[in-house]
Amino acid sequence: MQDNLSFFQEAAQTNLWGAILPEIFVGLLACSLLVLEMVLPKERQALIPRVAGWGLTAILGWYLLFFHAHGGGHLNSVTFAGMLHHDALGQIMRAFFLLAGILVCYLASLSLKKQRVPRTEFYHILLVITGAMMLLAQSHSFVMLFVALETIAVGLYILVSYYRHTPASLEAGLKYLILGALSSSLLLFGIVLLYGAAGNPDLAGHTAHGLNFANLRAFLEQNPDNLLVIAGMVLVLCGISFKIAAVPFQVWVPDVYQGAPTPVTAFLAVASKAAGFALLLSLVRNVFQPLQDVIIPTLSILAILTILVGNLGALGQRNAKRLIGFSGIAHAGYLLVGVTAAVTIPGAAGAVVFYLFVYLLASFAVFGVMAHLAGDNDADLQVAHSTELLKRAPFLGAVLVIGLGSLAGIPPLAGFIGKLLIFVAAFQAGLYLLLGVAIIGVVISISYYFGWMRTAIFRRWQVVEGAPNPDEQPIQALTLSSKALLGLLAGATVFLGLIQAPLTAWLGGLW
Amino acid sequence: MTDFTPYLLHAAILVPLLGAVALLLGGRALGGGAVKGVALAGFSVPAVISLWLWISYAADGETGYAFVSSINTGLQHWGIQLTLGLNGISLPLYILAAFVGLGAGLYAILTHSERLREYLMLLLFMHAGLMGIFASIDIFFFYFFHELALIPTFIMIGIWGGRERRYAAMKMTIYLTLGAMLSLLGLIALYVQSGADTFSLIDLRAAIEGQSLSAAAQTYTFALLLFGFGILVSLWPFHTWAPLGYGAAPTAAAMLHAGVLKKFGLYGLVQIGAPLLQEGAAAWATTLAWLALGNVIIIGFITIAQRDLKQMIGYSSVMHMGYCFLGVACLSTMGAGGAVLLMFAHGLSVALLFLLGSCVYQRAQTFDMTAIGGLGRQAPILSALFATAILASIGLPGPGLANFWGELTVFMALWEFRSWMVVPAVFGVVISAVYGLRALANIFFGEATEAFSKKVDASTITDLNWREKTPAFILLVLLVFVGVWPRSVSDPLDRSLSDLYPAMEERIELTVTEVPARPEL
Repeated sequence: MQDNLSFFQEAAQTNLWGAILPEIFVGLLACSLLVLEMVLPKERQALIPRVAGWGLTAILGWYLLFFHAHGGGHLNSVTFAGMLHHDALGQIMRAFFLLAGILVCYLASLSLKKQRVPRTEFYHILLVITGAMMLLAQSHSFVMLFVALETIAVGLYILVSYYRHTPASLEAGLKYLILGALSSSLLLFGIVLLYGAAGNPDLAGHTAHGLNFANLRAFLEQNPDNLLVIAGMVLVLCGISFKIAAVPFQVWVPDVYQGAPTPVTAFLAVASKAAGFALLLSLVRNVFQPLQDVIIPTLSILAILTILVGNLGALGQRNAKRLIGFSGIAHAGYLLVGVTAAVTIPGAAGAVVFYLFVYLLASFAVFGVMAHLAGDNDADLQVAHSTELLKRAPFLGAVLVIGLGSLAGIPPLAGFIGKLLIFVAAFQAGLYLLLGVAIIGVVISISYYFGWMRTAIFRRWQVVEGAPNPDEQPIQALTLSSKALLGLLAGATVFLGLIQAPLTAWLGGLW
Repeated sequence: MTDFTPYLLHAAILVPLLGAVALLLGGRALGGGAVKGVALAGFSVPAVISLWLWISYAADGETGYAFVSSINTGLQHWGIQLTLGLNGISLPLYILAAFVGLGAGLYAILTHSERLREYLMLLLFMHAGLMGIFASIDIFFFYFFHELALIPTFIMIGIWGGRERRYAAMKMTIYLTLGAMLSLLGLIALYVQSGADTFSLIDLRAAIEGQSLSAAAQTYTFALLLFGFGILVSLWPFHTWAPLGYGAAPTAAAMLHAGVLKKFGLYGLVQIGAPLLQEGAAAWATTLAWLALGNVIIIGFITIAQRDLKQMIGYSSVMHMGYCFLGVACLSTMGAGGAVLLMFAHGLSVALLFLLGSCVYQRAQTFDMTAIGGLGRQAPILSALFATAILASIGLPGPGLANFWGELTVFMALWEFRSWMVVPAVFGVVISAVYGLRALANIFFGEATEAFSKKVDASTITDLNWREKTPAFILLVLLVFVGVWPRSVSDPLDRSLSDLYPAMEERIELTVTEVPARPEL
């Protein structure tokens, strides 16, 4: 009884609500959307998406100006009875998820109006997931980790099947639900194994708080060879592999990416993947550090398979979203190389985060163009729809080419610098095999990215049987805000390829 | 007064780059005159700067570099800084880049018509990259500028290319990406293993002198550089992209690529690979020499078999890279010096040949050499220039052209390295003479074939006009100048090389005496 009391006392003392103000604001914004829907008259409801987008932008601005540098005064402290740890990586990822949330709001404002679906709920769920991702990146206990991860997953189940009148979207939702549930159970099983092993009184260093990262790490340091521990760790990695779409947990990607609404696809491709990587980074650099001998080979195998499967799978794709899906798998592979290096090289975490940021810029540039090109059914968007885009719509064409070029890693675009930093880190960590595979992957990827780029730049090479006629496909008119935002994404991609100082200085805490 | 000369190197990169951006953003609003004016500035300013730097070049005794300056772009944690400067090895190639760029740019400004603004924009991007490659001391930026120059080539082939451009663009892209990736890995490996703080060559050299890298590490790092650079320079048997790509590329792009950009890999081996990884280089020297002989002999015979003039020039350029590789393989001051001199001369002569080949096409409407004849009667200046360029590229001593000095030096170095190899190498000169003189005879001399006179009315054929003469003479003047006075580039070259290579020569002598030489054929 006495023990419990002191536990609650300590918990109450560490409940520092000020430390999670950004998440609280996002949550309040999400709730206010629902209130607005009830209060506002029907003809004013169009205001709600704007409130979501501008609200998030305001939170991001406030966060960067007043909160980020010192984490609201709680940098590097553990709060909420060991649930959260506000480290430098978590602070950076908070901004990342806010930025991704804003961009998804923008994409949704383009795509949703072509469909007859309720709007408010979409933005509400989007904001809730964003908040959960921000917490996930700072979790310091498997309880927090699991709750945050499930909040994200459940929200995404709904969003993926949001176009409930189209079979493709429903099919995607069902596939995502079933495989997502499988991965959650793998993750949970892994957590339980770790908790059980850590609580075994026969083992040295056993602890009653096996869910807490710090305690678990102390235990793992004394029992790095325990079979139960290794099995638990591998299962946890499997659960996260689903989030980042690493092989062999990538089978859902093409169908779900194609069926889901374009903004949700972008959210899955960027934010959900980044959440997985942020988690992976904090796990391998912290809790699982004592298990290096197992974790490096495991991650290496995952990375090799992911790079090869992603790039080879993308080769024959004609559907734009499936192609992006497969290429996204390949990017997860390169990022895994960086994570593997981060186990031993501290600076590698910075390389991974840099890569995530340039991947965000390039991906949203491409998705933004896709949202403009797509008709009522955005699952049908083909690569051939962008034929000669540079001539038909020079601005969109240029943005598409820059985005794809950055994804392909062509200098002088930012994507190249991202790959370079990962390669340097991998070299420092001595991962020669992974480097070789990554090079093969990059060379393969040139053929499909260039294929798409030359479709957009040059006259049609050859008429593919049954390919859509691009001239019949109307291109959505560019609004001023679209022009500004897409221009900003493409401009930042070029700028960061030439001068990296702003981003690297901001990421300074990671190396 | 602060010394402004280091910033001239930056200006030579920035002016074409800004010109390209201006053409890009200006869009259709720019008139034809404005487009040409911007492009002219973008091509001539680097040439003027390179002349000024050539005259005022004086290397610092400690680092061996002149005009050194450094700018931070935000990757300093990773040891990457934009450090520019020139030494004796990079100076000739820097001048080459500036002048071939001027020649190609002028030719494009004066004669190109289809989508001129886009064409000049891409050429300016390429030129900015070229001016950066040889001025970079930082080996990351050395690579970065190469890619900056390479990307426009693909686009130019895709838009303005000749026949088979679709296939050519794709094949070239995949080959060159592979080569570039391998060399990037090699450069990163060099940086990581040397333990230096930065990617700067000066620091790398200091770090490597302070400790000796293990032989195994040297061997595989050098292999990465050798094959990565080798693919980029079309080392046999990784050359198949080159004739195809040049055949499809528009003239100015082919001039810049074959003339300058392709020298990137060789320059990398001479400046970085061989001096820094001496044991690795020694381990691979024999293999390299054999592959280079493949370039000279096998590609030589393939060149003889060509009927298409542009293909022939493309193959002959691949063949002459073999001599440069032979020079590098000697791993001696003389060999490397010959290779650099030959690179310089070959860059000018091959650019001139591509330019004149395009002039021939303008008149004959075909590249098929067997279908042309007797052009010399109507176009004496064109034929004289073409003859000079062909003789230069063969390496004949006659007209006092720079190629001869390069080849001669390579042969002398080869004699000391593996004396029997001089025999096939000299035989290669005979091969070049065969295809070169035959092309000359077919196109310009003799009677016009019946089919040709039926197709093209001989009286409409005119000689070179000033638009074609100006760029051609710019290239020729430099070629003759260095041919008559080779010391203008070889003196600084020799000084830099003798700082870098003597240690290696001692080591090679050791390994040659210790290990029994390969049985000679």
